[in-house]
Amino acid sequence: MNRTLIVRSIGPAAAIQDLGRTGFMSAGLTRGGASDPAALHEGAALLGQRLSCAVLEMAGMGGVFEATSDIRIALSGAVMDATIDGATVQWNASHLLSACSVLKIGAARRGNFGYLHVGGGFATPSYLGTQGCHMSAGLGLLIAEGDILPVGSDASTDTGFHVVPEQRLDGGKICFVRSMQSDKFEDSTMTRFTKTEFRRDPRGNRQGIRMDFDGEGFQSGGQLNIVSEVTIAGDIQITGDGTPFVLMHECQTTGGYPRIGTILPCDLNKISQAPIGSSLKFELVTLEEGAAIQARASAVLSGLTKSIKPLIRDVTTIQDLLSYQLISGAISAKNAPLDEG
Amino acid sequence: MTEKFETQETWPQIKTVGLAGVIVTFSGVLSEPANRAAIAFLAAVRAAEWEEVEESNSTLVSTFLKMDLSVHRPEPIIERLQNLVDSRDWLAAPLPSGRTLWRVPTLFGTDRAPQLAEAAELAGQTIEQAITDLSTTSMRVLTLGFAPGQPYLGTLPDYWNIPRQTKITPNVPAGSLVTAVRQFCLFPYATPTGWRHVGATGFLSFRPKSERPFPLSPGDEMIFDPVTKAEFLKIESSDQSGNGGAQAEMLK
Repeated sequence: MNRTLIVRSIGPAAAIQDLGRTGFMSAGLTRGGASDPAALHEGAALLGQRLSCAVLEMAGMGGVFEATSDIRIALSGAVMDATIDGATVQWNASHLLSACSVLKIGAARRGNFGYLHVGGGFATPSYLGTQGCHMSAGLGLLIAEGDILPVGSDASTDTGFHVVPEQRLDGGKICFVRSMQSDKFEDSTMTRFTKTEFRRDPRGNRQGIRMDFDGEGFQSGGQLNIVSEVTIAGDIQITGDGTPFVLMHECQTTGGYPRIGTILPCDLNKISQAPIGSSLKFELVTLEEGAAIQARASAVLSGLTKSIKPLIRDVTTIQDLLSYQLISGAISAKNAPLDEG
Repeated sequence: MTEKFETQETWPQIKTVGLAGVIVTFSGVLSEPANRAAIAFLAAVRAAEWEEVEESNSTLVSTFLKMDLSVHRPEPIIERLQNLVDSRDWLAAPLPSGRTLWRVPTLFGTDRAPQLAEAAELAGQTIEQAITDLSTTSMRVLTLGFAPGQPYLGTLPDYWNIPRQTKITPNVPAGSLVTAVRQFCLFPYATPTGWRHVGATGFLSFRPKSERPFPLSPGDEMIFDPVTKAEFLKIESSDQSGNGGAQAEMLK
């Protein structure tokens, strides 16, 4: 039987995503990929599958989906209200979506980008070697109402696990390191930058997000004289009027504005997920400290498979209690281990 | 004081870029030798096949090595880079072999490239002189960047050192040839720009559905051969490949 997920309705800017494309930097194409890569790790751990499986990224708003066969799902990233056939299901968890069942995902209640993972991953076409949508390069398609998303084959039937995600949905402290142009900024400017409370501005997209603040700007000395140079996701670029923009995963490969520093990849997820208006404060760490913080975050993500736990279900919410086999397997009178040997 | 600081700068410089890699910069300003150095140094870095390096590229005046500095300490690679920097005079490095010369049919001016007259005036040239300059100068692909496959091309004679516009043109179409600061950009798709729109081509530097999505490489040369509007419209209506009637030949 065809394994597909029918999209009955969907929010704007929902797209198939993965960890992006590597190897095209010299051709002017940045990696792109999911806005919150940590959520991809969580989904892969919940379903016990490869990290490379393509997922559905939902920006701010979910959708309504119908399965054409039994499909395992997992939900991660921004917290959204979700139901299967009207019954609430837990976020940051894996569930069975039975054939003909309807999954409804509402608006984001915390964070911006929610993720729907399916067992086997979405089996959509690749563009330049991978399935993820790179919107600013025009690669891949946005998902629309009526789309039928093919789902890959799935060897497992395990569901009912949950994961406790790393805190990243509410802004907060963002660690950054000095980068190649940081010495173009006066020490006093850098100090003021680290003491300023910023707010996530509504102006932003997959290439960059503006940081709102009160007071004077953060211009560097030789602001207008620098040669265009490599830009990477996480760079804090200071535009002509002194406003910081954080460059995101679909940023351009080069840029002519100086960068005061570069955010650690693990903390860039917090920028992606920070709600508009949320408070952000930048803390300068040394390269050694930054490397250690990032290495710890990477270790947490690669250890997620071991830290997932079975969902504890409240018996009173199980509607079909009698269909569960509550006896066999709990104790076996015929095959008591002590009798062996 | 700033000036005093600037004169103390020595080149090349090796620096870390966030936790994303290490960059070798050959000059504080764009120059032909520094661009050549960056391209040649990239070839040497790639030939070295250092296992920490995930990918690498050259920009206008730098070579960048992408590597995860949360996994690999930067000092060993910086030492290797310093040795490589010291091993020869990179500013005197030859251009890479296997370069391509592209001849691209181009409609200068008209309603399809409406800022030719304005650009010519800023350069102190008549429109005819401007077309001669813009179409006979062999322009080198200095780097690919900004948009996928998009070339920065240099360099035009001194008097073409015209500034970017203070106001952004909201939209120029795919294949547009635009100029500022002695350079051209050739846009792979419609984009806003602060550069002046002087030519129209059917040449797309990013062809996502093609076998070769990125036709250009740093070091390639491009000549923009002038064609009449009738010739241009004919190419436009007959060519769906994104090549825009361009001819490619290997340079020795």
